Amino acid sequence: MTRIRVQSENFDIGAEFAALTAERTDIGGIGCFVGTVRGPAAAMTLEHYPAMTERAIAGIVREAERRWSLLGCTVIHRYGRLLAGENIVLVLAAAAHRQAALDATAFLIDWLKTKAPFWKKEESVDGAEAWVEARVEDDAAAARW
Amino acid sequence: MADVEAPLTILYFAWLRERTGTAQESVTPPAGVGTVGELIAWLAQRSPGYASAFANRRAVRCAVNQEFAEPATRIGPGDEVAFFPPVTGG
Repeated sequence: MTRIRVQSENFDIGAEFAALTAERTDIGGIGCFVGTVRGPAAAMTLEHYPAMTERAIAGIVREAERRWSLLGCTVIHRYGRLLAGENIVLVLAAAAHRQAALDATAFLIDWLKTKAPFWKKEESVDGAEAWVEARVEDDAAAARW
Repeated sequence: MADVEAPLTILYFAWLRERTGTAQESVTPPAGVGTVGELIAWLAQRSPGYASAFANRRAVRCAVNQEFAEPATRIGPGDEVAFFPPVTGG
């Protein structure tokens, strides 16, 4: 089962694990990635393109499902103003075996970073704001798949 | 394919929104504007803010009807065209 949510509120990683695995005995491994707001930024504001975001994420998940035999997948991405240390994104990918679960998780976050319509603006501790620039390393990470 | 004659909805995100001073607008481009690239060229000459937003074309990404698009992508009446910097989610 695929769960995709775009929301301002935090998510409960344990509850998402439980929802993914409830009454399942076919799953052998679950990959998990949680992205968080890294200091020294005091906060980050994430803007997104509401009409496109879920659709873009769904397309990325479909691509992961095409490449790996997934038994379930959860992607939750937050928007709005998030303080340093807060969760930004959750990716869970369940499969029968670890390699598919781990690879699909890495693929999903690599593609989310370069193909989902979100933009981050960083706030430093002195209140200065700056848009985060896309990194060539992220493009390379997405292109390796 | 005919040039755009009916209004387009144009959305701007992140620093393109800040530089144009606009989040969303409805525009009717003149005859001869039939692709994303032609639309950018027309938008860029509307004001200094728009010129600044589109000054570095390589830093501008686009979606047409919520799908990523290229400068050569055709646009038609009623399309939703969005301009934004390279994405930085995740």
